[in-house]
Amino acid sequence: MKHIKTVNKPTMQASLKKGGCGECQASCQSACKTSCTVGNQVCESKK
Amino acid sequence: MKTKIHKFEQNGTYILLDVNSGAVHVIDRMIYDLMDTFDGANDEETVSRWGGIYGADEVREAVGELHELMELGELFAPDIDVPPTFQQTGLVKSLCLMVAQDCNLRCKYCFGDGGSYGGERAVMSEEVGRAAVDYIISHCGPRKHCEIDFFGGEPLLNLSTVKAVTEYVRQREQETGKIFKLTLTTNGMLLNEKNIRWLNDNHISLVLSLDGRREVHDRMRPDAGGHGTYDRVLKNFRALVESRGGQDYYLRGTYTKENMDFTKDVLDIHAQGFDILSVEPVVLKDSPLGFTEEDLPRIYEEYDRLTEAYLERHRAGKGFFFFHFNMDLSNGPCVAKRLAGCGAGHEYYAVAENGDLYPCHQFVGREKYKLGDVFTGVRNRELPQYFRESHVLNKELCSDCWARFFCSGGCHANADLFHGDIRKPYEVGCAIQKKRLECAILVQAVMALERMGDDKNEAVSS
Ligand code: SF4
Ligand code: SF4
Repeated sequence: MKHIKTVNKPTMQASLKKGGCGECQASCQSACKTSCTVGNQVCESKK
Repeated sequence: MKTKIHKFEQNGTYILLDVNSGAVHVIDRMIYDLMDTFDGANDEETVSRWGGIYGADEVREAVGELHELMELGELFAPDIDVPPTFQQTGLVKSLCLMVAQDCNLRCKYCFGDGGSYGGERAVMSEEVGRAAVDYIISHCGPRKHCEIDFFGGEPLLNLSTVKAVTEYVRQREQETGKIFKLTLTTNGMLLNEKNIRWLNDNHISLVLSLDGRREVHDRMRPDAGGHGTYDRVLKNFRALVESRGGQDYYLRGTYTKENMDFTKDVLDIHAQGFDILSVEPVVLKDSPLGFTEEDLPRIYEEYDRLTEAYLERHRAGKGFFFFHFNMDLSNGPCVAKRLAGCGAGHEYYAVAENGDLYPCHQFVGREKYKLGDVFTGVRNRELPQYFRESHVLNKELCSDCWARFFCSGGCHANADLFHGDIRKPYEVGCAIQKKRLECAILVQAVMALERMGDDKNEAVSS
């Protein structure tokens, strides 16, 4: 495409059916802790 | 209609995020403008609105590209509702043990009152620690991975309980087949050769607190006698990080109103030899160190600067890992996780020194949030359910926020602190969160384009 470059292959919609195993790390976003927001994580089952 | 797209300019690049699919598109200025009008079904309106500026044929071509994205499901993807994979009740997978509600520092911004959390200074017994391990094992269901975080105060003030719990965890792992990840958050004052060796041998991940430049750190993190601690902790952190080959640690700092030029702190931490780091805004109500709406423009400006510096170093082959810019745009968490967020109060609890359970470490001492204790379990049935259901789609402000699937609804403890309601996010926190996400998406987009062997300026000609 001339005007648009898509930079990822998102899997969010697909994960509506398959996700939820809960094996991923907890993600506290407060400053005193790991300050890890969900968006900064990867899916553990795809690692 | 809920917000379906978010477009923004960050460090000179235009980006279009499709909220419900998570697709990220680097776009030119024309598409950026068109998206003020285009809604997926109004091609002619879009052409007549923008044809005069960009030329009708050009606009038509661009609209054609937008339709291609729609066919791929990467633009105006359908709204996301609570999926069946999001179980009605949460399984506990993570505990924070307040092994020492006591501290050897007096950080100016501490929410735990110098570690005591508003109560007496006290440490956790081995018995409470072991009961916590049993609690998590009997409440994590089929889940294989569990987490325990040794926290405080300063957990190294009570290393004997840390050791006893670790030993017990390893024994229970053998018996149950569970796998525990253990983390310890420390201010570094008490690290020495002996306990560093023990921490390494026992595979304990470490979160280390350093606020950046010496003068910033010394001002914010004095010891009980009011003296700066920078030199002492830096020396210990260096020894520690070196002893574990630069792995399994994470260095974090807090910025306040006194160092809004925190890019300097990030770069200083990196220059001191640490590659895995983050700095975070302090959250304080009615404090001269805390932030208000008026500070936002200055904070945004600083994130632009940090992004620039981050990319510059990355390009020069001297990159570092800044936690908030880390984002896997293709293999991020599933929707169920994006809804569960931090899990406080339903998948994650904090265990106070005496064994009482709270939704998370920040709620410790807020009496109405006491849920039960590790010996008799959670007795309050309503609160965990309320936390479980307080996900992004159930919070008014969040359900229409473009950042909802990245942020997952913010910090409940902050919402409670500012509004007395975990469903009302703390707005200044939201604003900073959104800026940070824009920077992270830009960083990832730029890096992806580089991997695709593209020069972004060439690929997207405006
Ligand atoms: S907490 Fe704030 S930034 Fe996060 S999703 Fe809710 S409204 Fe958006
Ligand atoms: S409520 Fe806030 S402090 Fe508590 S776990 Fe969640 S994000 Fe962290």
